[in-house]
Amino acid sequence: MNKKVLIIGGTSAIAQEVAKIYALEKAEIYLVGRNTEHLSIIAQDLRVRGAQETYTHAMDLNQTSEHPTMIQSAFEKMGKVDVALIAHGILGSQEIADHSPEHVVEIINTNFVSYASLLTCISTSMKTQKHGSIAVISSVAGDRGKQSNFVYGAAQAGKSTFTDGLRNRLFPYGIHVLTLKLGFVDTPMTANFKKGLLWAQPKSVAQNIASAIDKKKNIVYIPFFWRWIMLIITSIPEFLFKKLKL
Amino acid sequence: MQHLSWGNYPQVNKQEFKNLPSSAMNLPSFPGKILPRGLGRSYGDSCLLSHGLLVGNLLLNHLIDFDKNTGVLRCESGVTLAEILETFVPRGWFLPVTPGTKFVTVGGAIANDVHGKNHHASGNWGNHILRFELLRSTGERIICSPTENSDFFSATIGGLGLTGFITWAEIRLKKITSSWIDQEQIRFNRLDEFFQLSEDSEKDFEYTVAWVDCLGNSDQLKGIFIRGNHSAPPTNKTPLVTHRAGQFKNVPLFLPNITLNPFTINTFNWIYYHKNLRKKHRSITHYDPFFYPLDSILNWNRIYGKRGFLQYQCVVPYTQDSGQAISEIFRIIKKSNMGSFLAVLKTFGSISSPGILSFPMPGVTLALDFPYYGPTLLSMLTSCDEVVRSAHGRVYPAKDARMSRESFQAFYPQLSAFKPFIDPSFESDFWRRVL
Repeated sequence: MNKKVLIIGGTSAIAQEVAKIYALEKAEIYLVGRNTEHLSIIAQDLRVRGAQETYTHAMDLNQTSEHPTMIQSAFEKMGKVDVALIAHGILGSQEIADHSPEHVVEIINTNFVSYASLLTCISTSMKTQKHGSIAVISSVAGDRGKQSNFVYGAAQAGKSTFTDGLRNRLFPYGIHVLTLKLGFVDTPMTANFKKGLLWAQPKSVAQNIASAIDKKKNIVYIPFFWRWIMLIITSIPEFLFKKLKL
Repeated sequence: MQHLSWGNYPQVNKQEFKNLPSSAMNLPSFPGKILPRGLGRSYGDSCLLSHGLLVGNLLLNHLIDFDKNTGVLRCESGVTLAEILETFVPRGWFLPVTPGTKFVTVGGAIANDVHGKNHHASGNWGNHILRFELLRSTGERIICSPTENSDFFSATIGGLGLTGFITWAEIRLKKITSSWIDQEQIRFNRLDEFFQLSEDSEKDFEYTVAWVDCLGNSDQLKGIFIRGNHSAPPTNKTPLVTHRAGQFKNVPLFLPNITLNPFTINTFNWIYYHKNLRKKHRSITHYDPFFYPLDSILNWNRIYGKRGFLQYQCVVPYTQDSGQAISEIFRIIKKSNMGSFLAVLKTFGSISSPGILSFPMPGVTLALDFPYYGPTLLSMLTSCDEVVRSAHGRVYPAKDARMSRESFQAFYPQLSAFKPFIDPSFESDFWRRVL
């Protein structure tokens, strides 16, 4: 039986690589993103790679009122959803956020509020089908707030806490919830960063994501070494941490 | 992030970089010159543009169409050969021609009209390109094929990215029944033995190449001739398996410059020559180590250290001089005592490419790589250029970082036919140097 996969934020570099893996397995894939043209290029690519069927759904994910219709449509078109991956997001700018409440709200809306709403809609539909995996792309930035990106980090922390609770809530229904804590990934979102040894490529990150979904993991750091880096960062006492320039 | 060339030589000044976000978009407007950029596997300065803007094609990584009856693949120009193999080997299709690395993009392979171990049987990459779209700085989009805008088609194949930005291309893949290669390795001890082996092998072997030890102690040229064919589906192995992606070793940092010196290079070559005890060694090997032995070590170029390294690849017609020119080049290298870590010999066949500036011609090609030993290396390579020029051969621009204007123009007399197709906004450091 072919897998039915819902990918929200389908034009993101990481989501595209994950979709390619499912396409090779001849999955049916429902892509949600903002840009119609970009979505159709990706959908065509996935069909050439082997996807049995693709659907595209263009929408602004900040319009939370449209979430229930979109999720309902994905479940109806494919009959069910075996894997739902939520991957959209913005990095934002801490410098602008420092003096712009609008930008703070924008970062939190896109990276947390829309996730909370989508997860609620997906859970409702998955509870009735009594199986499936929900994978959420979060970030190591949520493990501890630091001056360089704490608005983004706070949204990620909210997302991680939300999925932790949801995992607990959905366990009796046989639904798997996966929190993916990603480190630095070389994507268009991070194009302006200087890259070094800690940076990972979207393709290898995608392989880790697909394997974590398969193995029904709970919380994974990708690449793995971020678990240890974050362990160190979270162990620094606050009286010291507040003086650091991280 | 700095975008260097694969040889890390020469360095580049103030270069900007931007990926083209989608094949439907126009090229970014920029006050200076621009140059398309793929994975940056060109060794010299043909992929560099000081004070200019590199426009990357890596986000154009989508497949568009595949006809499973004819094997014709249409894809965006940033799709890599590695990705084509990963997707299509399991379905029984292979690249019609492949260079020695799979980490190049389709667009880059067209711009350099790359060749491989089957040149004598299948010609160049450009011989298997059916069509592509060229995006010019004016926003004009030109569909090019042998019948449609054939002049732009010929100029762009091997055109070093100067005629426009390739957004998508159609390639005819080749049917295979197995991802394995029947390989034979034969030791030889003289250059004429190499020529004899080449001649004997070209009829029955699709792939041929030879590794040579160019610093060896004897007067003669020692080497290993490697030839192979796609094998019949093996009974004890899965017939169609792709290379294992994401399991590569990496060289995370530049190694010290001293790592590769004449002594270590000599030792490596001695061990390599003696690895097979018998004169002839047969085996079945996967396509990955057969075609891409260096791909298993990511960033292997860093082994040369921060000084970087230079590739030198030339071709000389050999029918008239029966290897005189090649022998002369080996004499020059040996005299200089500057070792080449890898030296590769291969005969090119007579299939001509549609590309105006394409490198291959019927004859024998020699590829060498040298750590950047300094100006003495440059003058030694200039002497090699002289030999190639008097033998009416040429040097490969994709690997060059130093040839003179006069040499380039002597190697490529067809230059004037190419120039009208250059996009006025496009340039490269290589082009500034040779024109």
